[in-house]
Amino acid sequence: MIRINCPYCGERDHSEFSYGGDATINYPSLDASEKEWTEAIFFRKNIKGFQFETWHHSNGCRMWLVVERSTVTHEIKSVKPCHPDLQKVVENNK
Amino acid sequence: MKTRRIDNYGKINRDKILSFSWDKKNYKGFEGDTLASALLANNIGIVGRSFKYHRPRGIFSSGVEESGALVTIGSKDRRDPNVRATTQELYNGLEASGQNAFPNVNFDLAGINNYLGRFFAAGFYYKTFMGIPPLEWGKGTAIWMFFEKFIRKAAGMGSASGLPDPDTYEHAHDFCDLIVVGSGPAGVAAAIEAAEKKLDVILVEQDSLIGGNQLAENDFDNSQIKNQLENLGIKIMTRTTAFGLYDNCVVGLLERVTDHISAPNVNIPRQRFWTIRAKHIIVGAGAIERHIAFNNNDIPGVMTVNASKHYLNRYGVLTGKRIVIATNNDSVYETANQLSEAGANVTVLDSRTNFEIETNKSFEIRKGYVPYNINGSKKIHSLDISKSETINKSETIDCDQVLLSGGWSPAVHLLSHRGVKPKWDYNNACFLPSDTKENITMVGSSRGLWNKNDCIASGIAGTTDALNRLGISKTNYFFPKPGGWKNPIQPLYEVKYKKSRSKSFVDYQHDVTTDDVRLAHREGFISVEHLKRYTTLGMANDQGKMGNIIGLSLMAELLNKEIPEVGTTVFRPPYTPVSIGALSGRNVGKHFRPLRVTPMHQWNIDHGAKMIEVGLYQRPWYYPKENETLSDSYIREASTVRKTVGICDITSLGKIAIQGPDSTEFLNRIYSNSFSKLQVGKARYGIMLRDDGIVMDDGTSWRLAENEYFMTTSTGEAAKVMSWLEELLQNRWTDLNVNVTSVSEQWAGVSVAGPKSREVLNNCVDDSLVVTNNNLPFMGVTSTFLKGNIPCRIARISFSGELAFEVYVKSDFANTMMDLIWENAKKYDGCLYGLEALGALRVEKGHVTAAELDGRVTIDDAGLSKMASTKKSYIGSAMRKRGVLKNNDREILVGFFPTNLKETFNAGTIVCEKNNIKGQGIGRITSVTYSPELGHWIGLGFVKGGLDKWKDTNLVGADPVRNKQMNLKVVSPHMIDPKGERMYA
Ligand SMILES: [Zn+2]
Repeated sequence: MIRINCPYCGERDHSEFSYGGDATINYPSLDASEKEWTEAIFFRKNIKGFQFETWHHSNGCRMWLVVERSTVTHEIKSVKPCHPDLQKVVENNK
Repeated sequence: MKTRRIDNYGKINRDKILSFSWDKKNYKGFEGDTLASALLANNIGIVGRSFKYHRPRGIFSSGVEESGALVTIGSKDRRDPNVRATTQELYNGLEASGQNAFPNVNFDLAGINNYLGRFFAAGFYYKTFMGIPPLEWGKGTAIWMFFEKFIRKAAGMGSASGLPDPDTYEHAHDFCDLIVVGSGPAGVAAAIEAAEKKLDVILVEQDSLIGGNQLAENDFDNSQIKNQLENLGIKIMTRTTAFGLYDNCVVGLLERVTDHISAPNVNIPRQRFWTIRAKHIIVGAGAIERHIAFNNNDIPGVMTVNASKHYLNRYGVLTGKRIVIATNNDSVYETANQLSEAGANVTVLDSRTNFEIETNKSFEIRKGYVPYNINGSKKIHSLDISKSETINKSETIDCDQVLLSGGWSPAVHLLSHRGVKPKWDYNNACFLPSDTKENITMVGSSRGLWNKNDCIASGIAGTTDALNRLGISKTNYFFPKPGGWKNPIQPLYEVKYKKSRSKSFVDYQHDVTTDDVRLAHREGFISVEHLKRYTTLGMANDQGKMGNIIGLSLMAELLNKEIPEVGTTVFRPPYTPVSIGALSGRNVGKHFRPLRVTPMHQWNIDHGAKMIEVGLYQRPWYYPKENETLSDSYIREASTVRKTVGICDITSLGKIAIQGPDSTEFLNRIYSNSFSKLQVGKARYGIMLRDDGIVMDDGTSWRLAENEYFMTTSTGEAAKVMSWLEELLQNRWTDLNVNVTSVSEQWAGVSVAGPKSREVLNNCVDDSLVVTNNNLPFMGVTSTFLKGNIPCRIARISFSGELAFEVYVKSDFANTMMDLIWENAKKYDGCLYGLEALGALRVEKGHVTAAELDGRVTIDDAGLSKMASTKKSYIGSAMRKRGVLKNNDREILVGFFPTNLKETFNAGTIVCEKNNIKGQGIGRITSVTYSPELGHWIGLGFVKGGLDKWKDTNLVGADPVRNKQMNLKVVSPHMIDPKGERMYA
């Protein structure tokens, strides 16, 4: 069982979370072309090793998090809030 | 029959006699016995019949590796098959019986299979698919069908009761710094060292007693150890198996709480499934003694040497009188000493020629000798032995027992669960655990240490390793080198003996012989994973704990390779079987999943509602009067709504409060239609698309104030929409100043629908002016009060197509609201209506729900193109016209009538062209109902090209599942009041 250290709640079982997806996508603006959106939505790297991914603490604080996880070992290197302002708050409170 | 129990041996409590039954006959044993020790004490040698050949099988071991003594415990609904007699503790009144035999294990008619061995050889199951060689007679499915019923019948080792399980099980959780698996010398040393270093320690032992293999020693007493562990505050969990290791040091354990008690307290669970989250895991799971493959090595009376030691010193049972021990290593000599001291006539055959060993000289050692054939069928009469492995100059020894030790396999299973491959150690002829980066340390004989002092030292080193890895200390440590016997082991896996019908077993439980392995090789199975599946070697519930290495060695020989080159199969959880009951815990019956009810749930039931599950929600389905059936009821309810008024609980809809200065901009981006001009006091129906342009959900948003909206979603998508909005705000549009809060539980909602709904509400609100057509026009919203000063929100929204209102109050006022509205609705001959009538009303109107919006449908497919704004961009706007989504032959929402209006149809019906009824057709019916208004069945669904293409063509509805077929007419989905005049009334 993966254990995720939520910056708000502490370390919890992954069953409290829902997997989101690739956390490195730069979503195009809403009026961007179909091509740009296609690349953002459908094209993914199949990373072996650490990747940044979003997880939602859906059965917890409901915050969306960026988790740096190894796809090979499930080792988690870092967990941060998605929202940059909240990232700053968490950093400052460390 | 004389007992095999001997005086002055064993740790059983001879003052406490327990009676039990075996195959319906009564026997006696003692407290502290296992079923196996009690059976042996009572001289019962045959305890089962083998899987394929129905050969008599005895007790091979004294532990979890047992592959012969699988029995059924209990009767009726408590019948538990495939229980290892060697680990089942005896209790008063225990009922046990043999398996896989008719009429019983002593005389089994299917024993004839023994002579049909050719047909049951490796890959038999697979071969039945291909036909019987050489002519491939019966090739194809026919022969499989022919054999299947026999195979299925023959293949079951014991059978489940088929009745509901009367026992309860539970899930439990714990946390600790260090979990130690195994309470042998290594595990105990590790636990004590850790507790002294102030770690919070849990010590897990699968046995009922702590001590590990020391329990087989004649002078071992665990009471002091137990006191020491307890005084250090170590949590000791006995009768608990760590069956699997998972990510992040999570351990799955099964605690057998009452399996050893004759009449357990009904308030105690039978078993407990533990999830323990540790910071470090130390595994001291011991090692398992292997047997040796040679002809007839499965005759009852064959056992591992260590098992015999257990039976003697733990249970006071001398398992044989004339015992031959066959070995290739030093570990048997202490046992040989003790067996002969206890009165047995012992001979040791040691395959090694050049070694020195100290013994009490009370038995003969035949150096360089190996066993090659057992004479006997239901018990052992004698053993053929030979000097060296090439059979010559043979000799026969009379004996009643043959004890085997082909070496020891460290229990690396738990580490294997983490994907760590063990490495082969030539010196010790076994797999040893490899190192891992995870916080797991192997100690004791699990890392190939054969003597006790080394095990203790490894336990302490293991804890030092744990402390270092946890950053608590930085101390140097070392593990003793694997091994520890005076003389090296000499590999001995098989003694070959060519004789027709000879059977030399590798895997006792699945009846896999050395010939099966060779046959598999001849047939081209050279990968060990393929071999395993083809022969089923190691696939029984013992997972080949004794036999796997023998199978590997045979493959290595056949392939002319070394064992490590052949590889090892991966062990997967569970280490020993886990009952389904324990996995499900309390999540059975109505606790299978959470139940959601609305605040007026009881009110609905009190007013006659029959309920139906919608997702997790219980919703009113219909409200039958007297003898009404479901159809009678919903037709009456739907007609009443169209005629006068009906009220319906709609609380299960998702409700989200959207607040903040950028709320309007936010809604404008997530909905396909525009919200920028929505006035305060108005609601709007909206559709949300996914990024890829497919419809996600529909619902309404009410503008309560300049910067505040109240959003409703469908029942099924409520959670998904909420997560989606949170994701957008936290991850994508972080500049938007909006807050979203789920208020689904906070508000209770009811729909009041029908031509008389305004009059009903008029009587319910404090100020009757608020619901007039002027003050509350179609899609108008107001925050006001119900009578009795109850704050409420009312929107004039219609799902039924009639004049209708949605009324929301705080959940605490739900019953008051229902009482008030129902009392007034009754005055207009109104009714309560449920989901079935709601469905009928919306199908008549062509309104889509989850049945239509199934994640494949675009906004255009759903006939809602006018809901897609062309003046703004929104989520999905770039993608909704991509590629296949703009094809002309997409399936478009339409209505369906049966051509013959007297006919009915079902949702799921495939729509086809008349002379082309096949495959997926050209469309499908998604929702159907009887239309009270139209007086016949109607449906909603999709057809390629839509109404324009098919409106004048007769189509066919094919419903192969129900064996139905009907002619269909395609009509507009808006089957009544297409202009919506009633809603605006
Ligand atoms: Zn959290």
